[in-house]
Amino acid sequence: MRASHFGWLFAAPALVIIGVFFFLPVLGALALSLTDFDLYALADLRNLRFVGLDNYWQLMHSREFWGALGNTCYFVALGVPLSVLASLLTALLVSSRLTRWPALFRTALFAPVVTTVVAVALVWRYLLHTRYGLLNWALGALGVHPLDWLGDPHWAMPAIVLFAVWKNFGYNMIILIAALQAVPEELHEAARLDGASFWQEFVRVTLPALRPTLLLVAILTAAGYFQLFAEPFVMTQGGPLQSTMSVVYLMYDQAFKWWNLGTASAVAFLLFLIVLVVTALEMRFLRRIEAP
Amino acid sequence: MPASCPPRQFLALLLALSGAGCGSASPSHRSITVWAVGREGEVIAQLLPEFTRLHPNIEVRVQQLPWSTAHQKLLTAFAADATPDLCQLGNSWIPEFAALKALEPLDERAARSAVVQPADYFQGIWDTSVVDGHLYGVPWYVDTRLLFYRRDLLRRAGFAEPPRTWAEWSRMLAAIKRQVGPERYSVLLPLNEFEPLLVLALQQPDPLLRDGGRFGNFESSGFERALRFYREAFVRGWAPPVADTQISNVWDEFGHGYYSFYISGPWNIEEFKRRLPPGEQGTWMTAPMPGPDGLGASLAGGSALVVFRRSRHKDDAWLLLEFLSTPAVQARFYDLSGDLPPRRSSWTAPQLADNVYARAFREQLERVRATPRVPELERIVTEMRLVAERVVHGDLSVEEGAGELDRTVDAILAKRRWMLARAAAAP
Repeated sequence: MRASHFGWLFAAPALVIIGVFFFLPVLGALALSLTDFDLYALADLRNLRFVGLDNYWQLMHSREFWGALGNTCYFVALGVPLSVLASLLTALLVSSRLTRWPALFRTALFAPVVTTVVAVALVWRYLLHTRYGLLNWALGALGVHPLDWLGDPHWAMPAIVLFAVWKNFGYNMIILIAALQAVPEELHEAARLDGASFWQEFVRVTLPALRPTLLLVAILTAAGYFQLFAEPFVMTQGGPLQSTMSVVYLMYDQAFKWWNLGTASAVAFLLFLIVLVVTALEMRFLRRIEAP
Repeated sequence: MPASCPPRQFLALLLALSGAGCGSASPSHRSITVWAVGREGEVIAQLLPEFTRLHPNIEVRVQQLPWSTAHQKLLTAFAADATPDLCQLGNSWIPEFAALKALEPLDERAARSAVVQPADYFQGIWDTSVVDGHLYGVPWYVDTRLLFYRRDLLRRAGFAEPPRTWAEWSRMLAAIKRQVGPERYSVLLPLNEFEPLLVLALQQPDPLLRDGGRFGNFESSGFERALRFYREAFVRGWAPPVADTQISNVWDEFGHGYYSFYISGPWNIEEFKRRLPPGEQGTWMTAPMPGPDGLGASLAGGSALVVFRRSRHKDDAWLLLEFLSTPAVQARFYDLSGDLPPRRSSWTAPQLADNVYARAFREQLERVRATPRVPELERIVTEMRLVAERVVHGDLSVEEGAGELDRTVDAILAKRRWMLARAAAAP
């Protein structure tokens, strides 16, 4: 009894901080999402109305919200596999015994992660430029007509995915390199002595050893990608035709541009629920693969 | 680093702190706080020595805000009860801050003033500061949109003078397009800017909102005509369907003849003078906006000077406001910033009267129109831009776009309707 009291005492500072700076604001936001708090309410609290689930109801019927959710899911569905694949590929290349100067490549491939989105976006906007961009110039050399990357609603999101994957794959690559180094060398040797081909070795030895790490990387990346904001904010401002409008961008607009804090809080909670469900599904799916 | 703090400065700091602690300073020495935004924040500091010479007992503290965060900072200051005495406010924000009851009505002061004379101000600009019959600010500088055009390209297409009507303008746009071919265009109307379409809409007799700002009025024949003209410019290939973030350099492209007409504001006079090579300097000019029939209206943008309601130095703030509104100071302000003055008597200064590029602006200012003064306006014009983009893209027809816009805008204005109804019901 006493010991448990002491336990609570030791945990108390952390709990208080989490309570004050996390749970209280979250509860506040939940309460806010049930009101129509806006600019008029800021002027005079008598202008505040309790609207129940009306904000959620409105969002469920808003073209804008479904559009933003669709764009975000498109980004996640395209971006996460590409990102994990790029990380895995580069991790394997960098860890290969045939690679010279692995430290140099590791650093170079990690570099995009530590750059500022805004600065890099400027460079990418030039790379993606319809008439002067390097990318279209390269495509032109292959005989492909120039693409209006950031101006065509069909190509803007793929362009953002390309940019985000390039910007983020280095982070997961480092995690995967660490995991690769943890695979016991004896397993590889044994596989080779048994006459396994390169591909068999990869599928039967390397991948199973990497599975927990891949699960972690996929979950973290998906949760992060659902919160897409900075890339479209600096590259396209959500355009063209709202094709790069993400859920977080919609929330930002509602909260800090139009001061509709009630609606913005409702968007935040919906996004939270979606990420929660997707993460749970991911865990389940990957665990099933793990333990057949 | 208190150790390296020189003793004298430290003493001054102590004195200042104790002075603040003693309550308001003596009436002979007063101080006011002024917030100014962007480039104007730098320029105002250069005008102040003259004011201090006239009023040695008033100390003016200037704080500069960047445009990108000014709006947020002002709202935060309002919530935290930390608003300045005098402030530069973009005139599209005035209805919002008036709704917050953050601004001091200035009707009486303006009526008594020998300096601020409403009749001397361009009507459309003055209107932007009047919300529900009360004056909440005095226009400081104006910002309108009109045509920048390539004289040489227009002449090559067979026209000596810039357009006066939409019909003339359409003929010119078509003729230029025929000359320059598929790779180039006649006019730049960036899809991420709401201003060009808003200008066309303001030229119509129908207001943007109806019933005292309670409902959208976009299904009116006027707005549909504006949207149809806008759409046509893209459909016929006169304007490239791009956002200006996709144009690496609007000045260079204008110089290269990528487009011959560009709807833009007064700041670009200096930019074009500075950025175009000397050989191309004679090729461009400004012209007032053409309208549906005869020269048309344009936007009344810019900034006003406002006094905050919670200020404890309103008289002193008004003194500085009057000083900044005198024609001589406004002419000097133009020299320093390139910002156009909002009153006619300031335009007689030689630097403005003799500027060939400013002439069209002087003419346009007689025909500027204020947008409806509702706090939701910025959101409404943003929705207008988004719908226009879909119309240009062919997703919606003009009629469908106007209908969609009315529905969205009516939803945005729902809270305003509720508040107006409640205010009307209250005794």
